[in-house]
Amino acid sequence: MSSLASLRQAKRNDWCLINSLRILASVTALVGVLITVFVLKEALPALQSIGMLRFFGDDAWYPLEGQFNLVPILLGTVLTALGGVAIATPLGLLSALFCQFYAPNILASSYQRLLELLAGIPSVVYGFWGLVVLVPKINQLHPPGQSLLAGILILSLMILPTVALLSTASLGDVPKAYLQGADALSLSRWTTLTRLVIPTARSGLITAIILATGRALGETMAVLMVCGNVVQIPNSVFDPVRSLAANIALEMAYATTDHRSVLFISGLVLLALVGLLVMMASVLGSEEREKTRGI
Amino acid sequence: MASKIFSQSSSKTWPDFLLLGATWTTAISITVIFLWVVLSIVGQGLGQLSLEFLLTEPMNAGRDGGIAPMLISTLLILVVCLAVALPLGLGTALLLAEFSVSDKRFGQWVRRSLDFLAGVPSIVFGLFGSVFFSKILGLGFSLLSGGLTLACMVLPLLIRATEEGLRSQPASYRQGAAALGLSKTTTLFKVLLPAALPGLMVGLVLSVGRALAETAALIFTSGYVDRFPASLLDSGRALSIHIFDLSMNVPGGDHNAAASALVLLALLLILNGLAAFISLRWSTKIK
Repeated sequence: MSSLASLRQAKRNDWCLINSLRILASVTALVGVLITVFVLKEALPALQSIGMLRFFGDDAWYPLEGQFNLVPILLGTVLTALGGVAIATPLGLLSALFCQFYAPNILASSYQRLLELLAGIPSVVYGFWGLVVLVPKINQLHPPGQSLLAGILILSLMILPTVALLSTASLGDVPKAYLQGADALSLSRWTTLTRLVIPTARSGLITAIILATGRALGETMAVLMVCGNVVQIPNSVFDPVRSLAANIALEMAYATTDHRSVLFISGLVLLALVGLLVMMASVLGSEEREKTRGI
Repeated sequence: MASKIFSQSSSKTWPDFLLLGATWTTAISITVIFLWVVLSIVGQGLGQLSLEFLLTEPMNAGRDGGIAPMLISTLLILVVCLAVALPLGLGTALLLAEFSVSDKRFGQWVRRSLDFLAGVPSIVFGLFGSVFFSKILGLGFSLLSGGLTLACMVLPLLIRATEEGLRSQPASYRQGAAALGLSKTTTLFKVLLPAALPGLMVGLVLSVGRALAETAALIFTSGYVDRFPASLLDSGRALSIHIFDLSMNVPGGDHNAAASALVLLALLLILNGLAAFISLRWSTKIK
């Protein structure tokens, strides 16, 4: 009799457990939804009263006078991010090849540790370093120093570990039999790597680049500290620019009504861009899994 | 490290040499740049750093004095962050790892939401926190609001590490527990969680590191006030924001900014080492 009661007790416990876990997981899942909903809600007034077209058609970005031309800021965001990705991608890929195919084991693992440390440096510290070391150097080259170039260089340094570590992992997933086959055919290293290894790992490498792009688009502090934050379309890499994220950080403190709402639209744009990139990465990831299952 | 099965003799043509040169050059230059970043911060900050710097209040807008209130604020923000993120993260990770059969559909949705969350830029977390926690929940600029915002931010990281820790437990543990007629609750709390504890610790340490490094999400949630916080509902300046403020808004604040950056780097290095140590100990124990 008592064993039956304890069994019943255990069942009740299990029921309580799984349902409380479900509640906790629902709250977790809700966070993403809440973020989207509230940023959207705050952005709506400006979307309705100002309309999309004026973000491209207004004279300039004078938020206090009701002029909301976002083009230079959008351009600043895209240019810094793409510049950073353009530099970080080849370097990250070469780093990954170094770890997997060139370095002796002990050097490869310590280099990987170093990349992890690089990834752990806070963005505000990168920004500080950029401000006191990099910007004066660029200023010697071509004033004012706080510039698109500084932003690109700092961003490439910040996203390089992402590209390198994820690429290393996906290069490591290339089946060993492929490499043995290439060796048996006595293909050169160049041919093996460019014709066999990189094409096989392609979707993993693209995922790495996509995730790094997302990180570069949303980066705030470092870009805010080294780019000079002038709202303008840059004529050269030495001109200062302002990014969407930096714009939010700079103006949120004093923004009211429409201006504040426009800042939330900038946040929404960032969110949409990043959401799109994450979706692309997850589609690629599931394709990859299908493929490996096929083998 | 995988497969170094290339025979040495296979590098003969010029593209091979090019690639060899390029990979080594890249690795060496990145190492040099890393050392440059770290050493220049050490060089600028070390002179300023002392026990007094850690224990006194800032003076003259931070140009002089120390960072004691920032350390306290940072600590309180972290406590709030973990107090919320830990139960949520642990519960979610348990559901994802151990009930993946019964809650498959639901689990997929949770995972999708977490993937999205992991990609959200920190400034957007800041926007969300300033609307939801500061305005709608009425917490204002406060440590509580900042900590809650960070909790949302570290959830994906914490859950991934915890879930991996749980999933890496051998299936025989679960089968053995089931054969003994243990309930799911007992299996989880008496068998799996204790065994997966190191994985949870690694996740915890990494999350603390992420929260410690964060700046953008705190500007509009926990604020700038640089005195000792009176309570969790008081505004307080985190260490990372102190670095930002000193270097951008306070002319002549660079030296104290460098010293603060050095403290932050040291804390992160300690956390990183701790995570590496735990996972190393753990992996040798499994072998």
